[in-house]
Amino acid sequence: MKRYIHKLSMVLLLLGVWELVARLGVWSPHLFPGPFTVAKSLGAMLSDGRMAEATLRSMGRLFRAYLMSVGIGIPLGLLIARIAFFRNAVKPIVSGLQALPSICWLPLALLWFGLTDAAILFVVVMGSVLGIAIATEDSVNGVDPQLVRVASTLGVKGLRFQFGVMLPAALPGIVTGLKLGWSFAWRALLAGELLFVSGGLGQLLTVGRELMDVPQVMAVMVAIILIGITVDRVLFQTVEGRLRRRWGLAGAV
Amino acid sequence: MLRALLGRWRSSLSLLRPAHVDADRAKIAVAQLGHQYANKVVALQDVSLNVRSGEFVCLLGPSGCGKSTLLYALAGQVKPTGGTVAIDGKTITGPGPERLLMFQEAALFPWLTVRGNITFALGAKGVPRAERRERADAFIRRVQLTGFEDTLPHQLSGGMKMRASLARALAMDPTVLLMDEPFGSLDAQTRIHMQELLQSIWMRTGKTVVFVTHDVHEALMLGTRVVLMAPRPGRVVRDLEVHLPMPRKAEDAGLNEMVRHVRELLRQVEGPGLQEPAPRRPPERTASRPGLPAQGLPRPVR
Ligand SMILES: Nc1ncnc2c1ncn2[C@@H]1O[C@H](COP(=O)(O)OP(=O)(O)O)[C@@H](O)[C@H]1O
Ligand SMILES: [Mg+2]
Repeated sequence: MKRYIHKLSMVLLLLGVWELVARLGVWSPHLFPGPFTVAKSLGAMLSDGRMAEATLRSMGRLFRAYLMSVGIGIPLGLLIARIAFFRNAVKPIVSGLQALPSICWLPLALLWFGLTDAAILFVVVMGSVLGIAIATEDSVNGVDPQLVRVASTLGVKGLRFQFGVMLPAALPGIVTGLKLGWSFAWRALLAGELLFVSGGLGQLLTVGRELMDVPQVMAVMVAIILIGITVDRVLFQTVEGRLRRRWGLAGAV
Repeated sequence: MLRALLGRWRSSLSLLRPAHVDADRAKIAVAQLGHQYANKVVALQDVSLNVRSGEFVCLLGPSGCGKSTLLYALAGQVKPTGGTVAIDGKTITGPGPERLLMFQEAALFPWLTVRGNITFALGAKGVPRAERRERADAFIRRVQLTGFEDTLPHQLSGGMKMRASLARALAMDPTVLLMDEPFGSLDAQTRIHMQELLQSIWMRTGKTVVFVTHDVHEALMLGTRVVLMAPRPGRVVRDLEVHLPMPRKAEDAGLNEMVRHVRELLRQVEGPGLQEPAPRRPPERTASRPGLPAQGLPRPVR
């Protein structure tokens, strides 16, 4: 409870300072609107449906790309962890490509896919799949050898071993990787959407800039922050917390 | 008084007799077993050991004398570099369903409840789904964990975890149970409870148990036979049958007399250079005669 009061008072303080600075008129109110103006702009976008449409559009893309990333990343991580060829040959490539910021894939994506959704999806997938694969590999390699030994003495073998022992043992680590992958994907998505007419939240930002509508730009930024926090809190932290508690791991949130 | 003490000392000796088991009558036959790890450590040298069906054999010795290595060789988890291990006359080449290895840690699957841990293992054994739950609960009852069927391992105390692990092992119904210092991490009180529990279960089920420990008291409390081992290189130095009636009590005077005797034996085999010349008799007189309980006076043999 105390934590929430602290948090809330900090937010209020920041909003107050923001409003104060805006009112002092150091910068033109067009360039530096106060929180009320921004909230009004946000309200307008919410009520005329622009925000909902853009959010839906962005989240739809994110969802598809993220599913692909998970679908490719987890098996890839498992292969790297379990099969020598993948460990020796594929892992260096994956680690190397991960050094490339995801937005650097965009020019290539535009040349390959044109100005389409596919280009953005490609960038998002490239931005998150490698991180998910590496986190999966890490958590599989980090499985307690004691559990592997006890499985062997209990005669747990084959698929029952892979899905009944290795997967659950690695699951907390994999979920952490999925969370990381999601935040990579979210960044890559917005970076991609900013760069061409895409109809998502990114474009709403661009439009705001083109119309010199600073309140709109700020309002969209606020919306992006709120969406990001919500997904992180509601989805990942809940799942991760539950999992860690059930698994009896220390530091459960 | 002194005469009585001497008498008891003698009787404790006669209750510890060298064991002789023929290989062809053995459940587990270990012949000239040797093992050298990759780093050239000779963990076992020329170990021969025959265990009858239904025996409770304790491998006893200081840390590093190859107890675990021998046990893992019996389990098939370590491939010895020399010699053979045979179960029921068949040389083993790896782990098998008739043997089950338990570790110092309970090693429960942390995401499964106590019952889930057992039913999962039963599934691996091929027990039909419909029977798993009932069987699991029966073994949970046997280790006195009733009421904790749906509890997760991290919510259990150390002793309870070990009991759950024991229930899982028993549910697999191996004929040979191999235990590597399973109570080593428990506090003294819990450890004695676990020993009594294990003993009563062993008496009821008649399983063959090979139990590793470095605790002399524990070995004599549990074993029908105690195999003393010595390090560098790991080898068997004594193989003794323990003729104390079961169930045994931790504070039993005859047992404790025997413990002192075996400690002395271990000291002799362990460090001939470190100790003064072995006394004919352990320095017993000082050792707390008055402290013994009344029923701890010389007891009828068997
Ligand atoms: N995996 C291993 N690799 C190398 N040396 C080992 C290994 N395991 C045990 N040893 C060595 O073998 C000897 C016997 O070990 P171990 O069987 O574990 O003894 P104990 O269980 O009686 O303490 C020790 O000297 C130990 O250091
Ligand atoms: Mg050991």
